[in-house]
Amino acid sequence: MGKPSDLVQGTLDLLILKTLSTEARHGWAIAKRIQQISGEVLQVQQGSLYPALHRLEQQGWIKAKWAESETGRQAKFYSLTAAGRAQLEKETASWERLSGAINLIVQEG
Amino acid sequence: MRWLDKLRMRVEMLFRRNQAGSQLDDELRFHLDQQIAENLAAGMSAEEARHAALRAFGNPAALRDQARETWGWSGVESVLRDTRIAARTLLRTPGFALIAIGVMALGIGANVALFTLVHSVLLKPFPFPGAERLVRIYEADARGRFKDNIVAGGDFADWQAQSRSFEQMAIKRNADYNLSGTQGQLPEISRAQTTSWKLFLILGVKPALGRLFSANDDRPQAEATVVLTWGLWKRRYGGNPSILGATVLLDAKPYTVIGVLPSWFTYPDSRVQLWTALYHEKSPWLMSVHEGHNFDVVARLRPGVTMVQAAAEVSSIQAQIRRQIPNGPVTDAANLRPILDAEVHGVEQSFYALLAATGCLLLIACLNIANLLVARTAARQKEMAIRTALGGSRGRLIRAQVIESIVLSVAGGGIGLMLAYAALQWLVATRPEIPRLDAIHIDLVTVAFAVGVMLTCGLIAGLIPALSSSDRHILKALQESARSHGGGHSKVRLRRLLLSLEVGLTVVLLVGAGLLVKTYHRLRVVDMGCNTDNVLTMSLNLPRGSYKNEAQLVSFYDTLLDRVRQLPRVRGAGLSTALPGQGHQRDDVFTIGEHSPLPTGQVLGADTVFADPDYFKTMQIPLMQGRTFADNERLDRANAVVVNHALVQAYFHGEDPIGKHIVARVTTPEPHSYEITGVVGNTLEDPATPTSPAFYFPILGGSERSPSLVVRTTQDPLTLALPVQRIISSMDRDLPVAHVLSMDQVARRSISDTSFDATLLAGFGALSLLLAAVGLFGVLSYIVAQRTTEIGIRIALGAQREQVIGLVLSDGLRPALYGLFLGLAASALITRLLQSMLYQTRALDPIVFVLVSLVLLAVASMACLLPAWRASRLDPMQALRTE
Repeated sequence: MGKPSDLVQGTLDLLILKTLSTEARHGWAIAKRIQQISGEVLQVQQGSLYPALHRLEQQGWIKAKWAESETGRQAKFYSLTAAGRAQLEKETASWERLSGAINLIVQEG
Repeated sequence: MRWLDKLRMRVEMLFRRNQAGSQLDDELRFHLDQQIAENLAAGMSAEEARHAALRAFGNPAALRDQARETWGWSGVESVLRDTRIAARTLLRTPGFALIAIGVMALGIGANVALFTLVHSVLLKPFPFPGAERLVRIYEADARGRFKDNIVAGGDFADWQAQSRSFEQMAIKRNADYNLSGTQGQLPEISRAQTTSWKLFLILGVKPALGRLFSANDDRPQAEATVVLTWGLWKRRYGGNPSILGATVLLDAKPYTVIGVLPSWFTYPDSRVQLWTALYHEKSPWLMSVHEGHNFDVVARLRPGVTMVQAAAEVSSIQAQIRRQIPNGPVTDAANLRPILDAEVHGVEQSFYALLAATGCLLLIACLNIANLLVARTAARQKEMAIRTALGGSRGRLIRAQVIESIVLSVAGGGIGLMLAYAALQWLVATRPEIPRLDAIHIDLVTVAFAVGVMLTCGLIAGLIPALSSSDRHILKALQESARSHGGGHSKVRLRRLLLSLEVGLTVVLLVGAGLLVKTYHRLRVVDMGCNTDNVLTMSLNLPRGSYKNEAQLVSFYDTLLDRVRQLPRVRGAGLSTALPGQGHQRDDVFTIGEHSPLPTGQVLGADTVFADPDYFKTMQIPLMQGRTFADNERLDRANAVVVNHALVQAYFHGEDPIGKHIVARVTTPEPHSYEITGVVGNTLEDPATPTSPAFYFPILGGSERSPSLVVRTTQDPLTLALPVQRIISSMDRDLPVAHVLSMDQVARRSISDTSFDATLLAGFGALSLLLAAVGLFGVLSYIVAQRTTEIGIRIALGAQREQVIGLVLSDGLRPALYGLFLGLAASALITRLLQSMLYQTRALDPIVFVLVSLVLLAVASMACLLPAWRASRLDPMQALRTE
């Protein structure tokens, strides 16, 4: 706990949905992408990533398809569904509200 | 549409779990390989790259589980897994599994069978529309001396005319007819009901074919009509619809078949073959008198009228009748029963007693399995401790154990259901006199009950040992496994407690069984007042159509008796309308000519029998005084009467009865005077009822057409059945005979209920005794095994073999003794409920209680002896080395 790479509770879903909003990716790519974009600040543990992916799939927000990866191996590619897009908007909005509120308090001090 | 997608995912995850599982593995492996590739690219060696990747990856198994949990159904999955493990564990100890499943099968099977019986016969409503408003009405006594008397035709007529509580009311009674065809078809005696036309309306039954009775058919002047039951129509007429309008012969008189009842209609029981119209069959005189009690009354309550209101109304009408007729056997009140209660209250108590007994048996079975499981738990303590140490939660471990016992009880219950089915088939075949027999089915309710019982048993048997194993002492358990005695003490205590309970329940069952067996024995040895050995009986019914007057009847009787007496191996033959043990047939009121008139409202009554002069000699009913009928006391001169000893004691108070006169209306509407010519010994109508006053009138008076023929033989009476039947057939080939039985069978039939209950209860008792013995043996063997070292040391230090035996015996017998006392105390409380099923046996019969105690102690000692003996044979060196 307390490590910088720990994600704020509940934000992993948002990150995954956001990452998938541009293109379909497999698990490894999702983790890498989050790591790169955040400038290595956010480290997604496999222990949270895969359960989260499967949960989102169960919710119907993302769907999975087996396809050939860059290295030529079969990999499971996730992409957003229409419902997932709506969810992404909802979560983005609520994140902005939350982070904005936190910013207000932090900058006030 | 998201919920649809979600549902699809759910279903997919349920059915394609294996595929999804391997895909998950692939997905994770792909991730791992990517990580390795990246590490390699970063310049690590192959092995380093792999190790680093695995380190970063964490525990793949745990990760897989976490991912799987998001799929849903993981609860189901883990229960299934536990079930699989449980089944595998049980298969590894097939002996234990077989015993446990067998025990459960017997317990659950017996319970399901009895429950089905109680549910179908006692609880399930009749299949009539609005059955909750159907009642039977009885005559009763305002002072409460009786309340279920059958009804006189005149009383019914008044009730029907005056009461306002009922929509409709019908009257019926049972009857027997000789059924034959107009073309000389084989005759048979058919059980029938004769009813007023409204009954079918009240019960809401529609004909399957043709029509049912109308008011027009139900008059003395009407053409004779008959309605067939579905069973008779199928059996005798091959289900041919052309039977409608055809003529059949009932008692040699032509009846037109007007309709067929539907197959579901088997009221009042499935033995009824046909129905006739009551007011056509019975004389207007009989249907208007208030003294002749002959009939059953069925009525439908008006909506909104309660039973109590209706009973009060009919009672007041009946009381009014009594005020108008202060003399004679007329009752002064009425009683209502719901129709279901009325039809089944004869078997209610014994069914509930048996259900309670099977409940006890099942509880014993459960305790026994719990006991066996406690032993297994003890043996598996190390396994449990390791599982706990590895992070198995307590709830998870308890669940695993409970699932194991549920697997046992479900397997047992499945077999039990089959046993129950077989038992019910057997019961239906062997006990045709049980009311509503045709309603007995294993239906959804029964299956639900069976499943409930299985799960409950599984829970009880599984939770007791599971909760007893505490995870607070893992370390102790792990260390303990190095030594073979010590810590299991709480387990031993628990097992002893279970055993005591088991023995206690067994004692209750045995005492109940003992009381019934004693009752049955008492009933069997009851002196019926005659010699029942080597007597053949059969009943006849001479139809009015062929035997039109007294002279024809008497001449038939004379010829029949003559020809039967000439058969070889026949020592005597007689006729009577009521055989000992046949149950109550008829009674009449009378006055004694020489006595002053009785005060208003008082009557003398006695059971009425018609017999021929040789009946008494044939049955070896002793003649105590005077003579029986003379040969010429027949037809118009049949003015003699023979009375039994009980009648003399009840009504003559030391006077000499011979030559006195009995005035009664037994064959005529007007009182007729009969001279008492003799006194005979008492016989019993039923082994369980006390002797009652009875009088015998000459059957050769010619008034009776349905007697029983009795034939005393020199050897097995049933071998003479055919020769006698041939004589009857040669005299009248349309005359069927029925109830061809030996006198022993007649007498025994009346106690078949008791015999049945006693046999079943004794069976349950024996079974539970066996279970308790097995339990005792198991516990003691276990204790001995646990104390091997201790006993070895004792022997090494010089303890005598006898001392060791005593030590172990006292260990095993103590729970048995506690259980015995517990059981005796409980029996003393419970058996009082059985009192009304007992005959000449007290609920606290000391002999039964002592005998049960002795049997139990003997069996318990035997069960303990082997482990004790084994302990005393221990070689101390061996015992110490087993460490």
